[in-house]
Amino acid sequence: MLETPLPGVTELPGVTNLLSVTDLTLGVKRSNSSTVIVDSVSFDVATGDRFGIVGESGSGKSMTLRAIANLLPVGVQVMSGSIRYNGQELVGMNRGKRRGLMGPEIAMIFQEPMTALNPVMRVGEQIAEGPRRHLGLSRKAAMDLAVSMMGRTGIPDPARRALAYPHELSGGLRQRIMIAMAISCRPKLILCDEPTTALDVTVQRQVLRLLEELCDDFGASLVFVTHDLAVVNQTCRNLAVMYAGRMVETGRVKDVFRDPRHPYTKGLLDSAPDFDQPHRPLIPIPGFPANLANRPNACAFAPRCPFVRDHCLEESPPLAPVEPGRDAACFYSDEIFKKVTV
Amino acid sequence: MSVDEAVLRVSSITKTYHLGNVLLERLSKNKESHSALTALGGIDLELRKGEILALVGESGSGKSTLAKILVGSVAATSGDVFHEGSPVPARRGKDLTRRIQMVFQDPYSSLNPRMSVGSVLSELLLVHKIVPRREVRAESIRLLNRVGLDADVLDAYPSQFSGGQRQRIAIARALAVRPDVLIADEPVSALDVSVQATILELFKSLRDELGLSSLFVAHNLAVVQHLSQRVAVMYLGRIVEVAETAELFANPRHPYTRALIASIPRMTAESVNDDFVLEGEPPSPFNIPQGCRFHPRCPFAVQACIETDPALMPVAAGHDSACLRAHELPTFSSFPVCQEVL
Amino acid sequence: MTTPTAVLAGYQAKRRAVRPRSRKPWYKNGSLVAGMTIVGLLVLMAVLAPVIAPYDPIQQDLTATLQSPSAAHWLGTDKFGRDVLSRLIWGARVNLRIGFLAVLIPFVFGSVLGGIAGYFGGWIDAIIMRIVDVFFAFPFYVMVIALVFILGAGEASIYLAIAAVSWVSYAKIVRGEVLVAKKQDYVVGARLGGMSHTRVLVRHIGPNVLSQAIIYGMSDIVMDIMAVVTLGYLGLGIAPPTAEWGSMILDGQEFITTLWQQATIPGLIVVVTSLGVSWLGDGLSDLLSPDRRK
Repeated sequence: MLETPLPGVTELPGVTNLLSVTDLTLGVKRSNSSTVIVDSVSFDVATGDRFGIVGESGSGKSMTLRAIANLLPVGVQVMSGSIRYNGQELVGMNRGKRRGLMGPEIAMIFQEPMTALNPVMRVGEQIAEGPRRHLGLSRKAAMDLAVSMMGRTGIPDPARRALAYPHELSGGLRQRIMIAMAISCRPKLILCDEPTTALDVTVQRQVLRLLEELCDDFGASLVFVTHDLAVVNQTCRNLAVMYAGRMVETGRVKDVFRDPRHPYTKGLLDSAPDFDQPHRPLIPIPGFPANLANRPNACAFAPRCPFVRDHCLEESPPLAPVEPGRDAACFYSDEIFKKVTV
Repeated sequence: MSVDEAVLRVSSITKTYHLGNVLLERLSKNKESHSALTALGGIDLELRKGEILALVGESGSGKSTLAKILVGSVAATSGDVFHEGSPVPARRGKDLTRRIQMVFQDPYSSLNPRMSVGSVLSELLLVHKIVPRREVRAESIRLLNRVGLDADVLDAYPSQFSGGQRQRIAIARALAVRPDVLIADEPVSALDVSVQATILELFKSLRDELGLSSLFVAHNLAVVQHLSQRVAVMYLGRIVEVAETAELFANPRHPYTRALIASIPRMTAESVNDDFVLEGEPPSPFNIPQGCRFHPRCPFAVQACIETDPALMPVAAGHDSACLRAHELPTFSSFPVCQEVL
Repeated sequence: MTTPTAVLAGYQAKRRAVRPRSRKPWYKNGSLVAGMTIVGLLVLMAVLAPVIAPYDPIQQDLTATLQSPSAAHWLGTDKFGRDVLSRLIWGARVNLRIGFLAVLIPFVFGSVLGGIAGYFGGWIDAIIMRIVDVFFAFPFYVMVIALVFILGAGEASIYLAIAAVSWVSYAKIVRGEVLVAKKQDYVVGARLGGMSHTRVLVRHIGPNVLSQAIIYGMSDIVMDIMAVVTLGYLGLGIAPPTAEWGSMILDGQEFITTLWQQATIPGLIVVVTSLGVSWLGDGLSDLLSPDRRK
């Protein structure tokens, strides 16, 4: 249907990672001070991969996603680092060109469909808007595409539903509309910011399956931000765990869950109720989430870490490999988890 | 009152909301003009002394409405509520109000932003004459310690606290008046995973140490499984299944319960029964299907299901189900991959 | 080197403590400071009038009428030989007093009625709101002028006229706020805690909804000052010879081409007053409402 590549965006040879984020730092600049909210985050997403970013509130996961999508709120800026998409550097890219990427290349799905959809525009038109602008389709052709996308996302009776306004639809349907909007231009990278958190559990199941199918069909990559560990397990292959604006562990989901290598990841896994292990006691993480404004030059998790040592309070541990394909930001990761004395 | 007597019992509770302008409708004498929403269509339920009963359901199930009716902030359209065997009048006296307290879902709106924690607690203690004036401060501190907070919280305002801390304050407030029953409306849904664990453990300790009976409304089945002794599943204003927790998850006897269990994202196992992925949207409470409310989405529906509206019937000891075919359903295990010894 | 447990304990102690309020201190709030300064200076001027005004504002000197500004009379004299500057300073007493006081009655009356309407709903709400709608149908100035005309000129009639007309805005604002507030969980919680309706309205809902009314009140003060000035200009305000900015503008407009100060300077001071009060309102709005979201 729409296979002609867009002008200006070509597949560069030798690039295996669709998205490559390196040392991305985001901050809020005020008149006399600046607060870092995302600190030197690095990760790679290969073509067709499903990558999860897990963290609690204040971890910076949403901001990281927004930086990729060029949707940072007013006041928050990229202070340093790079975001390479398909070989092109997004940070500092010309604004028009950057906007041109959103839609046909990169798409985003938000958590709260009610606020992400325009309440005074029919949903069919909202989906058709993207293809009309980016792909230059005529009004009718774009609407036909919208209807077919709605059908693809499992909305019953799409031709009729396309004429509805967002408030006339349920939460699950609205989320599917958002997904239809996101895939309408066949993007290569789909960014999801907690897309199922506001949904009922049965609807969540349907929506997650839908996302997986679409990614497989289109060969798109997924970056999935969530706080729900079980959802990440079901949907993603690789993941990164964030805490207080830093990435503390990366690796394959199965490996990380079975064998965490950072005390925070372990704490998170121990405190989450696991349906498959009802008798495991929940061990909460002591203390309170880190205050981003007061960042000492130390490990962000140190105040709450049961394995803390002196050195943890003096220096911030970098994200370093602990095994091939697995990184952790902990000086003593091997000692704690592999019981290896150094 | 014998030990097994239900501390709270409801019988045939219904709740219908009439939307639209009541005054104009009465004047217009047009019977079809108003839209009636049946939130609850006949509920029988009991909360036993010293137990945590979970009330589970999705949007439109009416679980929040039932919680509000139990606590008295909403009046039922018909039906009766019994507290320790005696019927509860429509207008509750001060003593009865104090014995059934509520903890709300949203930690940000459940505390008055303009009142300090100390004044909230002291007001309650004084109005109900729980302790003499000179002991109010000591009692307030004792309450705060019970929920894991310090005395320096007394002079602070809610805006200074995180979500988890606010929920603890809300629980302290509910406990201040020494209730017998705690109705918790999704108290952990708005909290981070690691913080949830602290609140869940708090509920457990309140049950163990104070003998408090709690009704815990939730949508997260992993939390439910971890915390409650019995579970009641609601669908579209009806209770469709009630059983002890372990029994419910090992041997669900209602197709909706099975679908719910099948939708839970897992942390370790792969997806469970794909036969039970529910299609479609939950129907609107404005338009309740004839016969069994679940029949349009039920994979086991037969002709009888369209004609009869099944009542909640015992299918095993302590296990009730509102499915006509409860005994004919094929065996279902929640844990096909991980062989859990329960 | 401190032991990790000691440092950790230190961290944890800080963690368990209450988080400090991260609000901007009031003196950094630009509007608030500007507003307070201007209004403060004006109030000071009014209070110190007997001390700083060079002449008696109503004393006539028919030998020195319509003089241009000079060393003796900084702003000149009006057609009765009265010193314009002194009249300006003394006028502040009248205008500021009426402006601020005329807001009080409608504020109290309107807020109470609006609160009751919003909280209890039903037919109480319907009746009160229909009355409010009736009052809203009339334009402000038309009503005020008509009422002052009927009641006769004088300060009391101005208070009554303004109060009779402007209470409705407070009623609407407070009703709207109460409608939202009463659904909040903390109100439900208070009722569950056994608090009576009165107590809930006054002690629990009250502080949360009045901030909007107070902020509106600030802009209402501006409106009332303008109303007094307008009434004075129309000859319906405070009876002469009392110094009052509106009547000064009225007196001075005959001489706008020759002695422009007599009309313009009072006009300017009205503008400055309004600006000051508006800034004060803006600053208060910041101060009173920052934690409304959370």
